[in-house]
Amino acid sequence: MSSSPTLTSRLKGRSELGVALLLGAAGVLVLVDAIALVTPYSQSDPVGPKTLPYIVSGLLLVCAVLLAINVLRGGQGEAEGGEDVDLSHPADWKTILPLVGAFVANILLIDWAGWVISGTVLFWGSAWALGSRHYVRDGLISVALAVLTFYGFYLGLGIPLPAGLLEGIL
Amino acid sequence: MDVLSSLMDGFATALTPMNLLYAVIGVILGSAVGVLPGLGPAMTIALLLPVTYVLEPTSAFIMFAGIYYGGMYGGSTTSILLNTPGESSSVVTAIEGNKMAKAGRAAQALATAAIGSFVAGTIGTALLAVFAPIVVEFAVSLGSPSYFAIMVLALVAVTAVLGSSRLRGFASLGLGLAIGLVGMDSVTGQRRLTFGQPLLADGLDIVVVAVAIFAVGEALWVAAHMRRTPLHVIPVGRPWMGKQDWKRSWKPWLRGTAFGFPFGALPAGGAEIPTFLSYVTEKRLSKHPEEFGKGAIEGVAGPEAANNAAAAGTMTPLLALGLPTNATAAVMLAAFVQFGIQPGPLLFANEGPLVWALIASLFIGNFLLLLINLPLAPMWAKILQLPRPYLYAGILFFATLGAYSVNLQAFDLVLLLVLGALGFMMRRFGLPVLPLILGVILGPRIEGQLRKSLQLSAGDPAGLLGEPIAIGIYVILALILMWPLLFKLFRRNRPAAAGPSSAAAAAPAAPSGSSAHADLPVLSDDSVRSDSAAHSRSSVKPDSSAHPDKKETP
Repeated sequence: MSSSPTLTSRLKGRSELGVALLLGAAGVLVLVDAIALVTPYSQSDPVGPKTLPYIVSGLLLVCAVLLAINVLRGGQGEAEGGEDVDLSHPADWKTILPLVGAFVANILLIDWAGWVISGTVLFWGSAWALGSRHYVRDGLISVALAVLTFYGFYLGLGIPLPAGLLEGIL
Repeated sequence: MDVLSSLMDGFATALTPMNLLYAVIGVILGSAVGVLPGLGPAMTIALLLPVTYVLEPTSAFIMFAGIYYGGMYGGSTTSILLNTPGESSSVVTAIEGNKMAKAGRAAQALATAAIGSFVAGTIGTALLAVFAPIVVEFAVSLGSPSYFAIMVLALVAVTAVLGSSRLRGFASLGLGLAIGLVGMDSVTGQRRLTFGQPLLADGLDIVVVAVAIFAVGEALWVAAHMRRTPLHVIPVGRPWMGKQDWKRSWKPWLRGTAFGFPFGALPAGGAEIPTFLSYVTEKRLSKHPEEFGKGAIEGVAGPEAANNAAAAGTMTPLLALGLPTNATAAVMLAAFVQFGIQPGPLLFANEGPLVWALIASLFIGNFLLLLINLPLAPMWAKILQLPRPYLYAGILFFATLGAYSVNLQAFDLVLLLVLGALGFMMRRFGLPVLPLILGVILGPRIEGQLRKSLQLSAGDPAGLLGEPIAIGIYVILALILMWPLLFKLFRRNRPAAAGPSSAAAAAPAAPSGSSAHADLPVLSDDSVRSDSAAHSRSSVKPDSSAHPDKKETP
């Protein structure tokens, strides 16, 4: 990553403050939840269910403050590399949003339309979002995967995935 | 010998046709996911957890063992044939391995990696079989205060020693512990962090958390930064080695094993530090130092052996103490719990046949890997060409399937997406994943031990110091936490110090011995100085960004 002092790189450095914010919010959440617990003192459990939450919220809040200071002073978390990761270009939201869309579609469809349909939508949609343009081949693979896993889970493992709309056909 | 006869019984169990089949499935699956980017053994085992419900626990663990060792092999194939290691433990292998491959010696690099892994894995597993019962004997005498201390040490050590930023490590640990808090308190039945949502009362299923963080987070992260130009995979034939290669490889294999096993067995061991140490040692001892940086076979043989010996070492605290020190071991611990098996020192006593079958299957898996992987190397190289849209769509597909099949409720998929987004954010901002997973899995166990300890002392915090082992561990803990400070003082007083003590420091044989721990920092000091691996995100730089004085803004 270039370290030239452009506006974008500055904004990038500051976006990590969001992480500090998230840590702080999580810390407050854990703390508030722990305070709300009502526990009568018990001889057999002197620690009680509140102690660990207090410690955890303390850890989160301290980390939030230190991280904020670190980021404001110019510290930066190192983005993770990998075989298929190219960090030279910024995050590509045009890929992520359709991908998340396919995932959400699956969540909405799975109980109503059944796994075979929702799984097909999930795989086909994800492959499309990730740049595959072999519509027919993708479709065939999606259907095959969804049907095979449906029967594999039902016959091989005894796990009945929802059949949904196709109930009676499958 | 008691160990030997138990082990023979283990072999008898593991060699039944059914179990052998699961071992074969395990090693092939493990090698495949090790080769493929974006997948790892930890995630694969997490995905298979719901599926393996129908299996005998023994068969399931035999398969998991195959996946674990297979993943190590697969990782080395990727880092040799592509210059981009997927797992941090293969970072060092890539340095010389890829240079060898580019110089037309890919076959030899793969061969020394595979045979070295076999040698190291076999020795490491033998050491595991010998040491684990000894550790157990020692561990059954420990009470809750000591267990509490050991678990805290494991969490803090993994967080503080590995990774480039301690602060971000602890942030990740905090998030993991918070996720572990969700659900019904086991002692009082109080609901914590459930927000009145009945579906959260049982806590977050570890399968959902692990799959979300590993698989969904990874898929989203790669999607955001997909490499558009395909990577160049170096074609390779069947691996083989000449006489000269054997001559230059066998000593690094043994030395690598000596580095790997003890580090793997330590609470913060991991495979990163020993692979790096092995590399530095081989570079120093080599008769061909000029070849380093251009493809020296010693630089592949040593680190790969260290990598696999560390994998065997990791099994020691897992089986003997119920203490996971890396992501795969953490998921395996979750698997024990799912099967209703209580991990810990009583595991050997209560589940003896299972444990010994597991250890025997590690030997078998190792052998199978050598047998299968030498001829199959060209095929693994082809797998690397799998179109990326299918790979990541497939990861999301199976992640969804695995998470959904736990409880068959769509709510788990919502959690999967939310935690996947968390995994994405962690990758973006350099928060290490391992502390979070360990926090989720160890958090509830730590709380249990804490409550037991203080119950015995009727609430007096001094009860935590009731055992000498516990006190010793807190001293080590303090040293680890104070290290950056001490390091600074040390540097200031003796700027030219830091002797070549790494070889001596890493040789302790006792797997749970804490003496080696105090030496860790010396080693990392070594690694900071030598810059050969500085380009990688090799995790041996404990104080690089933890200090706020490192500035890179105008």
